[in-house]
This record gives sequence, C-alpha cells and structure tokens, in this order.
Amino acid sequence: MAVDTQGGPVVGVPARRRAPWWRRGRGGTVANRETHPRTFLVPAFVVLGLFFFTPTIYNFVYAFTDWSSFKSEINPVGFSNFASLIGSGTLLSALRITLVYAVLVAVFQNLFGLLLALLLERDTRVNRLSRVMFFIPVVMSALAVGYIFQALLKPTGAFNQLLSVFTTEPVTIAWLGSTTWTIVVVALIHSWKWMGLSMLIYLAGLKTISEDVLEAARLDGASAWQTFRSIRFPLLAPAVTFNVATALLGSMNGFDIVQATTGGGPARSTELLNIFIYRTFGQGLFAQATTMSLVLFVAVALLAFPVVRTLRKREEVL
Amino acid sequence: MSTQAVAGPMSSSPERPRESWGGGRHGVWSRLQPAAALLSVLLLIGLPLWLVVITSAKPQAEALNPSLDLPTEWQLWENYSQVFTQGRVTSAFLGSLLIMIPAVFGVLLLGSMASWVLARRSSRGNAVLYALAISGIVLPPAVVTVVLLLRQLGLAGTAIGMICVYMGIYMSTVIFFVTGFIRTIPVELEEAARVDGAGPVKIFGRIILPLLAPVLSTATILICLYVWNDVFYAFFVIGGRVDTLPLNLFQVASAGLYLNNWHLIFAYVVLMSLPLLVVFMVAQRRIISGVTSGAVK
Repeated sequence: MAVDTQGGPVVGVPARRRAPWWRRGRGGTVANRETHPRTFLVPAFVVLGLFFFTPTIYNFVYAFTDWSSFKSEINPVGFSNFASLIGSGTLLSALRITLVYAVLVAVFQNLFGLLLALLLERDTRVNRLSRVMFFIPVVMSALAVGYIFQALLKPTGAFNQLLSVFTTEPVTIAWLGSTTWTIVVVALIHSWKWMGLSMLIYLAGLKTISEDVLEAARLDGASAWQTFRSIRFPLLAPAVTFNVATALLGSMNGFDIVQATTGGGPARSTELLNIFIYRTFGQGLFAQATTMSLVLFVAVALLAFPVVRTLRKREEVL
Repeated sequence: MSTQAVAGPMSSSPERPRESWGGGRHGVWSRLQPAAALLSVLLLIGLPLWLVVITSAKPQAEALNPSLDLPTEWQLWENYSQVFTQGRVTSAFLGSLLIMIPAVFGVLLLGSMASWVLARRSSRGNAVLYALAISGIVLPPAVVTVVLLLRQLGLAGTAIGMICVYMGIYMSTVIFFVTGFIRTIPVELEEAARVDGAGPVKIFGRIILPLLAPVLSTATILICLYVWNDVFYAFFVIGGRVDTLPLNLFQVASAGLYLNNWHLIFAYVVLMSLPLLVVFMVAQRRIISGVTSGAVK
C-alpha cells in the first residue's frame, strides 16, 4: 500500500518492477491460453450453471405460471400469483417479518459476539476454554438448537422454573406465545447459536490492533471506555463488515430455528419467507412457493449490494 | 499477542508499570474476569446443554415438562436404544456421510480448478466470470424450482441430486476463498515447473493443489458444517427418500405422536451432535484458527 502511493508519481521504478506482470496479464492472453487453460473453468461452471443459475432463471419463469401438484400441465398466468399474494397481505407481511428478523439477528448477534470477545480477550486458560464452549452452538444443528429452546421456553419449562427460583413466585410466561414479541425471542435464539462465530471474528480483529497504539492511548490517560470507543471499535471495522453482512444475509435465508421453535406461529407472526415457501410447497402450491422464492431472491439481491457497499465505504473512511 | 500472553500470568505483580495504569479497577477486573467468564459459560451454554442431557435420561412422563431436575429414575439406555431404532440412526448417519463426502470433495476439487484460472488470468471477461462465480455467496438458492430441474434430469429424490445441489450452492464460497488464496502464491513457482516442461494439469496437481491445504481445510470445515446440519434444502430435494440425520430428527420431533416426547428428541439430538462435537473437540484449535483466518484481512 505504502509503496503504491509513494511510487505513483515516480513512474520509472514501479513500472519496471511491474512490467512482467502487465505483459503477462494483458498481452499474455495467448500464453495464458496454454498455461492457464479455460477448460479448468468448465466443470465448476457447469455445476454452477446447471444447479444454481438454472433454478434461479426458472424462478423468473415459473412464478408467472399455475404450476401445482394438482394438475400435470403448466400454464402462464401473468402476475396473478403476485396479485393474490399481495391482495391477501401475505407477501408484505412475510417480507416484513423476514426483514425484522434479519435486522434483529444482525444487531443481537453482533452485540453478543462483541461482548463475548471483550470478555474473553486475554489469552488465559479459562478464556481459551470458554471460547471453545461458546463455539459449541455454532457446530450444532440449528434444528436441534430450535428444539432445545422450545423445551427451555415452554410456559412450564426450565427457564421459567429458574425465574421462579429467583423471584420466589411461580412464573409461567409463554415466551413463544406472543404475536408481538416472539419474533424477538426467536431472533435471540438465532443470535445465541451464531454468537460464537461473531466472537471469534471480533477476537481476531482485536488481535490485529497494534499494542503500540493502545499503549499510546494509555500514556495519554485514556480510560478503558475511551480507548474502546475511539480506537478499538473503529479499528474493528473489517470484522464488523463481515459479521453484519453474514448475519443479515444469513438470517434473511433463515428457516431451521424458527421452524423448530414456533413453526411460523403464533398466528403466523414469525412466518419467514422460507417458512412460507416450505409450507406452501408441502401443500402442493408450487407456483406460490416459487413466487415467494423469487421475492426472497430479489429482496436479498437488493439488500446485499448496498449493505456490503456502505460497510466497505465505512471501512475506507476510517 | 505475545505481550498479552506475557502480561497475563504476571498481572498479579503490582510493580509492573502497566498495572499501575487505571488504578485498582483494572486489578479488580483481572481478578473478577475468570469468574465472569465461567459464570457466563455456565448460564449461557451449560444450562441448555444440561437440559438436553438430563432430559434424554428421563422416563417419558417426567420428560413431558422438561425441567432442570435430575431424573428420579435414570432411563438413559432405554431412551437411546429406542430412538436409535425409531430414528433409524445408522442409516441416517450413513446417508449423511454418503451425501456430505462426495459433495465436499467435488466442490473443493472443481472450485479449486476454476479458482486457479480465475486468479491467474486478468482479462475483463475473466473478471465477469469471477463476479458470476462468487455471486452465489450472497444470493439465495432457488429451492422450489431446483426440484423441477431435478425431476427433468431424473435426479429428484436421489442422493446424487442432493450432492449436485449442495455443490451448486457452495461452489461460490469455495471459489471466493480459494481465488483469494491463490493470488498470494507467487507465479514464479509455476514458471519454474513450466520451464521443466510440466503441463497445466501437472502444475495444478503437483504445485498448486498441495499449496492450497490451509485454505481447503478451512473450506472443508465450513462446508461440512453446513451440509451435515442442513435440513431446509434436504426437505425439498430428497424429502423422505434418503435418510439424513437432520431429516430424521425432524421426523422424530414432529411425528405428532412424539410431539412432547422430549426424552426421545433430546436423545436424538445427543446422538446426532456427538460425531461433530468429537471432531470439533479434537481439532478445535485448527478449526478456530481456520474459521477466523478467512474473515478478517
């Protein structure tokens, strides 16, 4: 980096150093054809094209048909799938629930991950053990995690049992029974499963911060909080980018945990797009499921590029 | 890192200048921190895992309302053997392996081959191909229409169909990781071999592929984790026609009759998680460093 900016105006030195690279890169296509043949690309692109891009293109076709398990022929129907899904309010509510879920997961997972990383930052034996323990949920199946929390959060479950001990009166809150708050609870469960991964990435980010910078802040009399706010957190930007982007986009595609805890209920208040797709597919309404799949695709595509770009830009500024 | 490691054990000695900074509060924190760490592990991780293990040893009547109490009557063996037959654990385990191993092997090999060429050529067409190849990291797979495609190909409900779908889904991840890694390998290594008369296949197999070991082991871990635990794509592609561990867990848990049979569900959860947990415990240092190496640059 430093060499690049310094060498910019002085053409001679870097040009001579770079010259063989350029020749290889641009003029060397003939040589490239022999040394790095495109045939090596073929198998991977066949798999990608057939099993990833073709179904995606199909999405744009079959969302406009009446494809279902009830009849054999498939006819084009224009926008009627969209019209009926919008008309019944399902499309907007599933989209809204998915977005709320994704944002909540991105916030909680990063908050927990960062707190754990700060708690377990020093390289002691206890901390190394704790980090391994917090990584166990990441390794476990999300479906299993969902069942564990369904049992834990039952009105007569272990969590209320524990609360009863502390409050000395019987607690019977239905944690998964509220049409307003259950979405928050399932987002917390999702964050619990993945917080170990965020923690590791924040720990790696914290390690890249040079000890000299922190020492300088210490000598200037900065408090621990000031050091964190104005030095360590800004320097964590690459870790934040990775964590927020993966949490946001990963939970847009969420299914297992919500299916295992609430199955989309109560009153479909936690029905993510993928749960809707799974349910309507099971009912044989393939075209509706495809339409929602297309909605998810467009939503993620629209969300992904601005999210990644803004986060990257934030990194550059800092 | 090294300074921290040194400072750790010595933090009790008050003579160190660093310790005097921040006054006594820092000292208090370094004494409280291990307790805080252990307490958070116990509450956040220990409690849910305790519930799983203890419930899986309870008789049915006691497990209906899963509590943190010890079972009055231990029924560990009966529960596990019952769920072993009911959940067809052996065939599910083999089914999961049968799908995971070829999918991971295939996606790593084909992905690495493509990555090598994508990393080394620098034309504009190449950049477009690379962008296409990694777009699958972000974009969600079309789960419904992939079923239609597999029917047209005659692969619906088969293990081969599932393997191909997983390869399609995770190809982008592999290409992204491996291309980035190959760009850090000097071309001179290849040129030396080329002068000796080695062709592209030989250069890739003998020189590039062995150098990819670190990045491929990271990718293996990640993709194994995803494929082993996946239930969503498996629902669509194989339905109930091939047994896999997560699919059978779903069956055990949602077979109406067993809705509240927490002792069986959790016995299955233990059986299903054990292989992955054992692998994780054995290789945890490598896994943890592998997972973090790719993320922060």
